Amino acid sequence: MTEPTAAPPADKEIKNESRTRLPSMFSGAAGRNVGLVLALVLICVVGVITGGGRFASIDNLMVVLRLASVIGVLAIGMTFVITSGGIDLSVGSVMGLTTVWATTWATQAMAEDLHWGVMVFTAMVVGTVAGLVNGVIIAYGRVVPFITTLAMLAAARGLAEMISNRQTQRVQSDAFIEFFRLEPLGVPILVWVFAAVAVAGWFLLNRTTFGRRTVAIGGNAEASRLAGIKVQRHTLYIYGLAGLTAGIAGAMMLGRTTAGTSTHGMLWELEAIAAVVVGGTLLIGGRGTIVGTVVGVLIFTVLTNVFTINNMSTSAQLVAKGAIIVAAVLLQQRFANRSKST
Amino acid sequence: MVTGDPTAPLLQMHGIVKHFPGAKALDGVDLDVVAGEVHCLLGQNGAGKSTLIKVLAGAHQPTAGTIRLDGEQIRIPHPVAALEHGIATMYQELDVVDGLTVAENIYLGHELASAGFTQRREAAGHTRRLMERLGHPEIGPHREVGTLSAAGKQIVSMARALSRDARVIVMDEPSAVLDSGEVDNLFRVVEELTGQGIAIIYISHRLEEIRRIGDRITVLKDGMTVGRNLPVASTSTDELIKLMTGKNVEYAFPERPGVPRDAPVRLEVEGLGLANTFRDVSFTVRAGEIVGLAGLVGSGRSEILETVYGARRATAGRITLDGRSLRRGSVAAAVSAGIGLAPEERKSQGLVLDEPVYRNVTLASFARMAPAGWLDERAEKKAAREQATALDLRPRDVERAIRTLSGGNQQKAMLARWLVHGCDVLLLDEPTRGVDVGARSEIYALIRRLADAGTAVVVVSSEIPEVLGLADQVLVVSDGRVVRSGPAQEIDEHQVLDLVMEGTSA
Repeated sequence: MTEPTAAPPADKEIKNESRTRLPSMFSGAAGRNVGLVLALVLICVVGVITGGGRFASIDNLMVVLRLASVIGVLAIGMTFVITSGGIDLSVGSVMGLTTVWATTWATQAMAEDLHWGVMVFTAMVVGTVAGLVNGVIIAYGRVVPFITTLAMLAAARGLAEMISNRQTQRVQSDAFIEFFRLEPLGVPILVWVFAAVAVAGWFLLNRTTFGRRTVAIGGNAEASRLAGIKVQRHTLYIYGLAGLTAGIAGAMMLGRTTAGTSTHGMLWELEAIAAVVVGGTLLIGGRGTIVGTVVGVLIFTVLTNVFTINNMSTSAQLVAKGAIIVAAVLLQQRFANRSKST
Repeated sequence: MVTGDPTAPLLQMHGIVKHFPGAKALDGVDLDVVAGEVHCLLGQNGAGKSTLIKVLAGAHQPTAGTIRLDGEQIRIPHPVAALEHGIATMYQELDVVDGLTVAENIYLGHELASAGFTQRREAAGHTRRLMERLGHPEIGPHREVGTLSAAGKQIVSMARALSRDARVIVMDEPSAVLDSGEVDNLFRVVEELTGQGIAIIYISHRLEEIRRIGDRITVLKDGMTVGRNLPVASTSTDELIKLMTGKNVEYAFPERPGVPRDAPVRLEVEGLGLANTFRDVSFTVRAGEIVGLAGLVGSGRSEILETVYGARRATAGRITLDGRSLRRGSVAAAVSAGIGLAPEERKSQGLVLDEPVYRNVTLASFARMAPAGWLDERAEKKAAREQATALDLRPRDVERAIRTLSGGNQQKAMLARWLVHGCDVLLLDEPTRGVDVGARSEIYALIRRLADAGTAVVVVSSEIPEVLGLADQVLVVSDGRVVRSGPAQEIDEHQVLDLVMEGTSA
């Protein structure tokens, strides 16, 4: 994040300095991102060699980006949660719930009267409320995030099934469907939304007090509390934010599939967590990177794409994904140990 | 019980030296322990008691010195080696596992097993015998340890030591967590153990206890043995306190300019209480004044500070700051009213260790420096650099992780946090803990400078000379009560020690 400072103080601390700063360009936050980008490039090279023109085409690139964008939005919200030292297992099923809620007969009727934006708004509100419920239970009820969001995972899925009666609910609004088919500058609207969320997330994490509080709480919640930060309230906001991104992702999912169903987003929380962790955000909190998360999402999506082009089974893809997650976490621990031993 | 000169000590430590980076914790300690005695280890905080027992437990390696057991020189490279030599240590924080049964705890790490299967029946039988030996047959082997009282857990811990055939048992302030009935019980067990030829090294601050069960005393001071094998019966309290205080390492305490009579009262605490911890604490701190709270660990002194700060919710009393009453139990309210705390456990309570120095310095004020929520890192770094220069923070680089700084410089960063925030009242809990000797005087001078600039300061310390040397007014806290208060010049170390160790008010 920060550049190495020039001109260390001219005393005997210099020796210490050079020892703690690793000589390699792969150290530090920027270095980790370089490593990730290299991994992504490597996968692309494999794709070009094995898939040729089928991989290296603008069309295929857009397919990949479109696929990456919904999970990418979830992963941005997840980055905040994990950076603060928490976890949110419910984003996938909350996203499913928002697609159902936004396509109920009542919502669609209202959308027809007013504007198709009502559906988007509904998805965002439902997601945010679900996230805030998580937040209240975690921050004020002092239930661990894992359990709270596991409960929400089950409850939101069940609620979605109850509302939809397990039926697929088609989107009736042509304007809605048309909007999500737009391709400004040849790039699908979903990708633009993902880009916008990622940029907003980057600013929020790196340039605002909200982001600083998130990192501080993840780094040391007790010290943050004793410095006067309202830790409970901020925790509530963070889970609310994760819910909001689940709502945005829900609206995007409706745009992509033109239907709401309770099965949307099954196990996506795990994909989001995997992308965040592979991206370099510490699972114990205190350090988060939006750029890493974006690259992490791309790595998984491109990998899936390369496998698919080569007609590999989805089962083999899962095995490869598992191996990548483990490798990434192993690398992370080495970094963590190194920074602690100094 | 053994009296007289021991001709064949069971355990002999000779010339033990232990260096830590930047500090000498032990500087030539001698300790002789004979079989069947209760040997008391006495000394103030920082005298080296904990380091010594950690050397004995194999947790620290001595820089120099010899340890002999039964006349043979031994090495204790790791904790398991200590147990193999028959030396067991009962730390204050008992190392029992709450979720396991009594028998499982006792045989933790050396399970009775055959081909990988634990032999529960045998372990239970052994446990019953051990408990009988300790006079506590009512503690059954299958009882879950979490359901036992602190005293019960101690018994389990002792049984574990016996199960390892311990010949020397070190007890670090075992009575601190017990009520008086339980203490009686503990002493009975100790007597039974010594009757079986086991040597006990007993650490306590309470002289009455030492009088009751101790045989001989070794006094440590500044990492050295200053009193050796003193018989308990014939050594006066006066003599012991003299040895413990002795001639101190001279820290340069800054001069007291004296608080003007008309200085306004900044902080006023009236009848403050916290259930089961302390009660009826009242004091005032004026602008420019340093008030010191002296007391032992567990006396309630840190809790008083944390309650004033709102980190604990007071159950009684009032806190007023510049005449305005403060909301109970809200740190955020205290901070915005202008109170700052440098907590006792700097690393776990004060700092975000992996974050750079400047972000730790601005942790209480970054939001105020951020217009409309947008961080102004340039302003933050500037503020941190100004403080780094003013406080002589080394290294001056505010962008390196605060983890890499020494204890003294981390403490300066904590002070810098509240200077940037602009505090009227500063609460300092053990401000020199983990700070090496050289940097201490610097911290003291800094605290005095803050007071001179009009800050009201409250300092808590278990090092009595520190409180007496630094503060204008002193409150002595014992068992959750203020037992003495007055100007620092009118109280001496001897009196304070007397008060906190004997618990009688003068």
